[in-house]
Amino acid sequence: MSGEKKIRVDLALIAGMVQPGSRVLDVGCAQGQLIDHLTKAKNCDARGIEIDMEEVQRAIAHGLPVMQGDADTELVTYPDAAFDYVILSRTLQAVEQPREVLRQMLRISTHAIVSFPNFGHWSLRLQLLTRGRMPMTAGWNRMWYETPNIHPCTIKDFFALCDIDGYVVEDWLAADEQGLRTPWRRSPRLANLFGEQGLFLLRKA
Amino acid sequence: MLDTASQASAPSRIQFVAHPCSGGDCTQGSASAYPVVRMDQTPAGTDFPHQSVTFPEGLALDCGRVLPSVTVAYRTYGALNADKSNAILICHALTGDQYVAEPNPETGRPGWWERVVGPGRAVDTEKYFVICANVLGGCMGSTGPRSAHGERPGALWGTDFPVITIHDMVRVQKRLVEHLGIARLFAVIGGSMGGMQVLSWAVQFPEMVFAAVPIAAACYHSAQNIAFHEIGRQAIFADPCFRNGNYWAEGVRPERGLAVARMTAHITYVSEEALTRKFGRKLQNAEGLAAFGEQFAVESYLQYQGSSFVQRFDANSYLTITRATDLFDLAGDHGGALADAFRTAKSRFLLVSFSSDWLFPTAQSRAMARALNHAAANVSFVEVQSDKGHDAFLLDEPDFHATLRGFLTGCAEHAGLT
Repeated sequence: MSGEKKIRVDLALIAGMVQPGSRVLDVGCAQGQLIDHLTKAKNCDARGIEIDMEEVQRAIAHGLPVMQGDADTELVTYPDAAFDYVILSRTLQAVEQPREVLRQMLRISTHAIVSFPNFGHWSLRLQLLTRGRMPMTAGWNRMWYETPNIHPCTIKDFFALCDIDGYVVEDWLAADEQGLRTPWRRSPRLANLFGEQGLFLLRKA
Repeated sequence: MLDTASQASAPSRIQFVAHPCSGGDCTQGSASAYPVVRMDQTPAGTDFPHQSVTFPEGLALDCGRVLPSVTVAYRTYGALNADKSNAILICHALTGDQYVAEPNPETGRPGWWERVVGPGRAVDTEKYFVICANVLGGCMGSTGPRSAHGERPGALWGTDFPVITIHDMVRVQKRLVEHLGIARLFAVIGGSMGGMQVLSWAVQFPEMVFAAVPIAAACYHSAQNIAFHEIGRQAIFADPCFRNGNYWAEGVRPERGLAVARMTAHITYVSEEALTRKFGRKLQNAEGLAAFGEQFAVESYLQYQGSSFVQRFDANSYLTITRATDLFDLAGDHGGALADAFRTAKSRFLLVSFSSDWLFPTAQSRAMARALNHAAANVSFVEVQSDKGHDAFLLDEPDFHATLRGFLTGCAEHAGLT
C-alpha cells in the first residue's frame, strides 16, 4: 500500500477535505488505505478504528496505527478535541446509534467528515413506488433481513439532523456510486434525487 | 510453557520413586504410590557464568529497602547502529530468561522466542540490536534470592530477598540500557509478565521508549491471577524440603511443591480447547485402571511440565517473581484511573491479545487500549484468533508475527530508521 498510488475516488474526495498536517481518526478504516494516504501524502497523524479483525491485522501489518473496535462503543473512549477530523465513510447507516456517533465524532474532533449512501436516489424511490418492495441497487444490494445498513437516510434527512443538532455544514457534495463528484452541488433537492452518495464536512456551531 | 505437541508424547520423566526429601521432618514414606518428581542433581540457579554486568551502587526498591549491589545477566543479538537508535529490549515472562534467540547454555533449552527474534524474523536481528536481560529476582544470573545476602555476609538471600516489583525490574533494565550507551530504545516488547514490564517502561521512562508492545498482558494482576499464583506458592511452602526457603543450605529442594506450582500455572497458560485437542480423555496406560498415577494423558503431560520445570527454576525466585506480578497495578498507582497512568506516555503502542487467552483476556487489553485512547496515545490493538490460550504468544502464530513485523516496520519509518 503506497500513499503515492491512486486511492479510491471516494476516498480522494474525502482526503480533499482534510488540511495537511492534521490529526485524523478514520472510523471504519478497513485496511487503512485512507490513513495511509493521509499520512504519506498529507503528512497527517492519521489513525483508524476497524471492526473487522482481519482488516485490522492487515492494516497494522502495513505499519498503520489501527485499533480493533466498534464506532458505537469506541468513540466514547477518546478525550474531547483529540482530533482535527474524524472520518466516517459509508458507515453511518450501519451503526446502531447514528445520532450519538455523530455527537461523539464532534466531541472528540473539530470536524467530522461523513459519507453515506443516499436512500433518496431516484432509482430507489422508483423501485419502491413501482414494485412495492425494498429497493435493490449497486449500493443497496442486500435483502432487508440481512443488510447491515440498518439506518438508511437521505441527503435531505441528513441536512435535517444537522439542523436539529446544531451542526454547521461547512461543505457538502453528492457523488455517484464510484465516488465521482456529481453536478448537483448547488441544489440539495436535486442532489437528493440524483446523488448516490452524500459527503459532508461538519463542525459544531 | 506449552511448547509443542511432541513434548506431550515425549517419554515421561516422572518416576514412581521415594520422596527425595531425606530430612527428619519429611512425612512422605518411601512406599508412596504417588508419582513424585525425580530428584535431579543439577540445581537451578547455579554459578554458571552467564554474561552479566554488576552495578555496585545498588538499587533503591519500591518496598523501601535497598539492594546494595545489582547484577544483571543479559544477552544481545545483532549490531547496534552508529547513532544507537535501533535497539529493541525484549522483556521475558515469569519463568523465561535472557536466552531469547539462542539455546540456554545452562539448560540446553532452545531460545524461548526463536520464532519471533532472529535473522529475518519479525524482530529482525539483522536490522535491530536486540537486548534481553534476566529479570531482577530471577535465577539465570541476575540478582535474586540465590545471590549473596546484602546484609549478612556469607549467607544467601533466600526468602529474605526483598519484595520487588515490576517497576523495580524495569529500573534495573534501564541501568543496563544506559550501560550499553543507549539513550532511547526503538522498542520494548514483551508478553505476559514481559508485557507488564513494557507498560512499566512506557510509564516510568516515556522518553526512552519509541514503541511499546505489550502482548497478552494486562495493567494489573486480577484476583483470579493472584489466586492461581497463591496455590503455587502454598504448594512450595507445603513441601517439607522447602525448609523456610533455606533448602540450599541443606542440600535439598522443594521439587514437588515447585512442580505442583508449575502444573497449576501451566493449566492457566493453555485453553480448554487446546487441552481437549491434544489430550481429550486419552488414557496414558491403556492396560489397566489405576487409582492414582498416570491414568490420563493430560496428567502425564502436566507432570512432565512440572518435572522439567524444577530442573531449571529456583523455588525462591518463583516466589519472588510471582509476588512481583501480583503487586502490579498501573491504575492503582494512579488513583485508580488507568488513563492517568498513560498521561505521560509518549510511545507508539501495539497491544495484542489472543482470543482463547483466559489468563490475560482480550477484555484487559481492550481496556488498556481504551485508556491509551483516552490519554490520546498512538495505539494499535488487535485480538489474534487462536485456540492456544495464553501461551499463544510463544507459539507459531503467523498472524501475530506478521502484525508485529508490520508494526515495527511502520515505527521504523516514523523513527527514521532505515
